[in-house]
Amino acid sequence: MAEYKGVMVLGEVIDGKLAAIATEILGCGRRLADELKEELSCILMGGEVAKVADEVIAFGADKVYIAEDSLLKDYRTDSYIVVTEKIVQEATPRILLLGQTAVGRDLAPKLAFRLGTSLATDCLELEVDTEAKLLSATRSVYGGNARAIFTSESLPQMATARQKAMSPLERDDSRKGETISVKVEIDPAEIRTNVIEKVKEEAVGIKLEDASIIVSGGRGIGGPEGFKQLEELAKILKGAVGASRPPCDNGWTPTTAQVGLTGKIVAPDLYIAVAISGASQHLAGCSGSKNIVAINRDAEANIFKEACLGVVTDWKQIIPPFTEKVRELMAG
Amino acid sequence: MNMVVCCKQVIDPEAPPASFSIDSAANKVIPPAGIPPVVNPFDEQAVEAALRVKDAIGGKITVISLGVNLTRDVIKKPLSMGADELILLEDEAFEGGDSWSTAYALAMAIKKVGEYDIIFCGRQASDWDAGQVGLGIAEILGIPSVTVAKKAEVINGKARVERVVADGYEIVEVTLPALITITNELGEARYPTLRGIMAAAKKQPIIWKPADIEVESSQIGAAGRRAKLVKLFQPVREGKCEIIEGDDVADTAAKLAMKLRGLKVI
Ligand SMILES: Cc1cc2nc3c(=O)[nH]c(=O)nc-3n(C[C@H](O)[C@H](O)[C@H](O)COP(=O)(O)OP(=O)(O)OC[C@H]3O[C@@H](n4cnc5c(N)ncnc54)[C@H](O)[C@@H]3O)c2cc1C
Repeated sequence: MAEYKGVMVLGEVIDGKLAAIATEILGCGRRLADELKEELSCILMGGEVAKVADEVIAFGADKVYIAEDSLLKDYRTDSYIVVTEKIVQEATPRILLLGQTAVGRDLAPKLAFRLGTSLATDCLELEVDTEAKLLSATRSVYGGNARAIFTSESLPQMATARQKAMSPLERDDSRKGETISVKVEIDPAEIRTNVIEKVKEEAVGIKLEDASIIVSGGRGIGGPEGFKQLEELAKILKGAVGASRPPCDNGWTPTTAQVGLTGKIVAPDLYIAVAISGASQHLAGCSGSKNIVAINRDAEANIFKEACLGVVTDWKQIIPPFTEKVRELMAG
Repeated sequence: MNMVVCCKQVIDPEAPPASFSIDSAANKVIPPAGIPPVVNPFDEQAVEAALRVKDAIGGKITVISLGVNLTRDVIKKPLSMGADELILLEDEAFEGGDSWSTAYALAMAIKKVGEYDIIFCGRQASDWDAGQVGLGIAEILGIPSVTVAKKAEVINGKARVERVVADGYEIVEVTLPALITITNELGEARYPTLRGIMAAAKKQPIIWKPADIEVESSQIGAAGRRAKLVKLFQPVREGKCEIIEGDDVADTAAKLAMKLRGLKVI
């Protein structure tokens, strides 16, 4: 049997660009590979992905496997799994990392079952014991109320990393690496799903994941009109509007605004949580923020445990004068 | 349409965070006193997804739950919502499993059920949040899967699924049989009607032991684990929140804004 060695990551490419999460897991993978004194490789898959190979190397990879095929243009489980399975079987990495994204959530578990190994999803921290060469994966469990550390004796040791949980390396274009083009026969008949349409629902303006200021509303906002007020504040701050789950479930705001365990993971400089109680599943998506401000009329609300600044009041009272004050400051 | 829905009993994920505690010696969560367990909310919505298909084109819904100490009132909820049959994999041997051993036992139970066109699962269970069992079942049974669905319909012998992605959703068509995992964007699960509750009260769950689904005890529960839980703990939160107070709201608002300016975030 082949020896399992090295660290491999799956680098997602979105709209022709290397995804932020790819640079994050490359950063993490590089650290693990250095500690193990082994190699870091990266898989790139898609319709046209070779052009980001240099970037992947600049972010830490020693080797890039490139699989391009028109059948890989859209993400589909059956085609992606065939390619990854083949590359992994041949390269036999000790550790295999993916991002906890729409792709990673779908592909990683199925791949783990196919390879007969186990997987830790949505990891916050990944460490390696250089003696036993064992990966310890710290995951968020129970909706963020607890953390669990897992190890696996089966190889490859697989994990998906939560977005924004790992730090990318500084891009270094002088880094050298090798690219390998992989030819995989994909039988179209074996792809059992078909993407008929892609519907974009994101609000216009700054992307939530990229915003440095987020104004986020919760159930206490009470309806779509309240979100208009939050939008106004966000606009002045050049930020984006987020939400806890109830406003999304109730249709007060697009579902793409949901922050949390099962929504977006954000880490802005400023996160203003308005009428949000601070359930662990919500905090899972925003606890990486540098500063959290809580506005809530209940002084006992859990959000105040996570916030650095708080105002205990009805949001309807404070948001209008606060918006005006901010407008003044931003103008001046 | 023959549909199977996998439902897990969990501690209430919406219980107040302060009620959450861990027995660190046993690496286990202590169920909060006085707060009854629930059906994993995503699984409840998976039942809802199956009921919507049944409403549209008819069919039979079999619910399978794996666990120990399953509270009858809780675990029978899918029946009172309108599911037709409930199978419990209730045995000590099934306890303490991971995604692997759980998916394996459920897949074997589904094989025993025999005919299935769609298997619905929640996108993840609200206790371990792993999101692996559904995909594991699909892989073991060799069927296609679509994850994180907010809508699933059957059209011309295929399922048409709206799969939620970061910037919206994709409309995906999948051949049957298939496994579909459901997310909360599907919408609220229906409340059981009085008639449903009465009908469910009369139905007895079918209980299957490991031998009934022809699995070796080494492959299920704690014995069949591939992932080792080293440690379970609660993260420490610092909790140093400065509460801003002013003479009136305008003053408070101004103080808050100045504070943020001082922090150089605005
Ligand atoms: C498996 C699972 C996954 C989940 N994933 C997510 C997720 O990704 N993201 C997410 O957000 N949730 C998620 N949830 C839901 C989560 O558990 C909570 O139910 C949700 O976050 C609560 O939202 P909220 O704080 O807006 O509402 P509530 O908990 O109802 O809080 C509303 C708050 O508003 C305050 N309030 C009301 N009126 C006013 C007023 N006029 N002025 C000031 N304050 C006011 C109240 O004091 C209260 O604190 C998930 C749940 C489960 C089970």
